[in-house]
Amino acid sequence: MRGHLGARIAQVIPTLLLVSIMVFGLQQLMPGDPALVLAGEERDPLVLEQIRRELKLDQPLVMQYLYWITNVLQGDLGFSWRIRQPVTELVATKLPVTLQLAGMAFVIALVLGVPLGVLSAVKKNTWWDYSANAIGLAGLSMPNFWLGIMMILLVSVHLGWLPPSGYVPLTEDWRQSLATTIMPAFVLGTGIAAVFMRHTRSAMLTALQQDYVRTARAKGLGEMKVVTKHALRNALVPVVTLGALEMGTLLSGAVLTEQVFSIPGFGKMVVDSVFNRDYPVVQGVVLVTATVYVLLNLLADILYVMINPRLRGA
Amino acid sequence: MSATSASTPNTAGAVMASASQSPARMAVRRFMSGPAAVVGLVVVVFFVVVATFAPLIAPFDPVKTSWTLIRKAPSWAHWMGTDENGRDVLSRIIWGARASLLAGVISVTIATGVGVPIGLLAGFVGGKTDMIIGRLVDAMLAAPFLILAIALAAFLGPSLQNAMIAIGITATPIFVRVARGATIDAATNDYVEAARALGNPPWRVAVRHILPNIVPPVMVQATLAIAGAIIAEASLSFLGLGQQPPAPSWGSMLNSAQRFLTQAPWLAVFPGAAIFLVVLSFNLVGDGLRDALDPRAK
Repeated sequence: MRGHLGARIAQVIPTLLLVSIMVFGLQQLMPGDPALVLAGEERDPLVLEQIRRELKLDQPLVMQYLYWITNVLQGDLGFSWRIRQPVTELVATKLPVTLQLAGMAFVIALVLGVPLGVLSAVKKNTWWDYSANAIGLAGLSMPNFWLGIMMILLVSVHLGWLPPSGYVPLTEDWRQSLATTIMPAFVLGTGIAAVFMRHTRSAMLTALQQDYVRTARAKGLGEMKVVTKHALRNALVPVVTLGALEMGTLLSGAVLTEQVFSIPGFGKMVVDSVFNRDYPVVQGVVLVTATVYVLLNLLADILYVMINPRLRGA
Repeated sequence: MSATSASTPNTAGAVMASASQSPARMAVRRFMSGPAAVVGLVVVVFFVVVATFAPLIAPFDPVKTSWTLIRKAPSWAHWMGTDENGRDVLSRIIWGARASLLAGVISVTIATGVGVPIGLLAGFVGGKTDMIIGRLVDAMLAAPFLILAIALAAFLGPSLQNAMIAIGITATPIFVRVARGATIDAATNDYVEAARALGNPPWRVAVRHILPNIVPPVMVQATLAIAGAIIAEASLSFLGLGQQPPAPSWGSMLNSAQRFLTQAPWLAVFPGAAIFLVVLSFNLVGDGLRDALDPRAK
C-alpha cells in the first residue's frame, strides 16, 4: 500500500508542474500587450516601459515563468490589477464563502443522492427505480443557474420564504447565514446528487449480488439490515471516493450559483475579474482550484485504498 | 428431453439470424428498442430541424425591438411573450437553438478532432509517449471544466466563436482518455496481431484496423459531450462570455431575464426549459447509444 501511495504522490508533482505551465500559458492567449491593459488611459512610453519592467514582461518567456512560479511557491499569486490587492489575500477572503456553499451542497447531495440510489437498486425494474432514474437524469440535464432562477421565483418571489440573494457570514449570524445559503446550496447540490444517485445504484446492484449478501439473507437477517449493514457499507466505498472528486465540480458550479444569488465568493470573484480584465486574479483562481482538485484526487485515491480492505494489505 | 430438442433448432436459428446481421444493424435494433432513447432522438431531431429552418419557422425577427411591445405576457400573437426590448421570445428561442446546437456540435468536433488522434497515438505507441500525453491530460483535467472554459474564453475574448473554442479545448482530454483506453483494448485483438504479422506499417494498422473499433465509445462520449457543451455554452453566454447581444442565445436570454423576474417571469421560464429539454434529450440518446453499442455496460 505504501508503495502505491508513494507512486501516486510522486505522480502529483509533474501534474502540478504542468498545471502551473498551463495557467501561466493562459496569459499568452491574451490579445494585445498586458502593459497597455494595465496602463489604461496612460499611454506614456516611459510608464509602459516601467510596467513591463516591474512585471518582467521584458524578459524571455522562460524567465517570466520562473519568476512567476518562484513567487507562487512562496504563496504570492501576484497583484490584482483592478483592486490593487495581493491575489492570495483576495483568494483567502473569498474561498471560505465558497467552501461553506460547497460543503452544504455536498451534504445535500449525499442526503438526496445516496438514499435515492439505494431505493433504486433495491427496487430494481419497478416504478421506484424508473422514477429515481428519471429524477437523476433530470438533475444531470438541468442547468443549475436556471434551477436557481426558478427557485428564486418560487421560494423568494411567490412564497417569500427565503431571501433571493445576498450573503451573511456564519460567524456573524448563523441563522441568517443558513437562510442566505440554503437555497444556493440546494441548487448546487442537485447535479452532484444525481451523480451520487447513479453511482450508488450501480454499486448497490453489484453489492446485492455478492455472496456475503446471500449469506446474510440465508442467516435470516431482515432485508433492512442486509441492505444497510452489509450491501450499503460496501457499496459506499466507490461513492466516498467519488465524493472527493465531486468537490472539484462543486467549486466549478459555484461560479454560476454565486452569480445567480449574488454571493460574494470565489466564483463571483472570477467572473468579476474576467470583466475587469484582471488577469492575475483569473490565473490565481484557476491555479488554486486546479491544485485543490489535484489534491482531492490524491485524497480520493488514498481514501479508496484505506477504506477497501482488499487493497490495504497490498 | 423433447422440449430441449424442440428448442435447439429455434436457438440455432436465432444464432444464425443474429450472425447474419451486421453489428451496426444489431446496435440500431437495440437502440430502437429503448423508448427513452427514441424519444430523446425525436426531440434532438426536432431541435435540429428548428435550428436549420429558423428563418422560415420564426414568426418574428429575433432582434427587432418594439417600444409598444415591452414585456408583454404570453398571448396568441406572441406565444412566449416579449422581452424587455419588445422582441418576440419564441423567435429568439428558435434562433437561439442555432447558437446552442452549433456550439454543442462544433466544440465537440474540435475536441474529437484533436483528442482522438492523440489518444490513438498514446494507446498505440505506449511507453514514454503515452506517459507524457497522460500527464498532460491529467493536468488539463485538473482544472474544473467550467473554470477553465471561463478563463480561456476570458483570455481569448468574449464571443460565441471563442466560447466554442474554449469548450472544445476543455473537452479534449476526455476524448484523449476514451480513445486511448479503446485503442489499448482493440490492440489486443487477434486481427490486429495478424495485420502486424502481415507486415502492415504501424500507421496502417492504427488507421485501418484500430480506428474503426474505437468509433463506438467515441460516439457515445461525443453524444454525452454535446449535452455538456450545450450547458457550457449556455453558462458562458449567461455570464456574458458567449454569444453577444443582440444575437439570441438561450444563456444570454436567461441573464437578462434575471432583472425582470417579478415583472416578467416568462422570460426566465422558456429559455431554461429549452436548454433542459435539449440537454436531457442528448443525454437520453447518449445513454441509449451506450446500451446499444456496449450491452455489457447496461
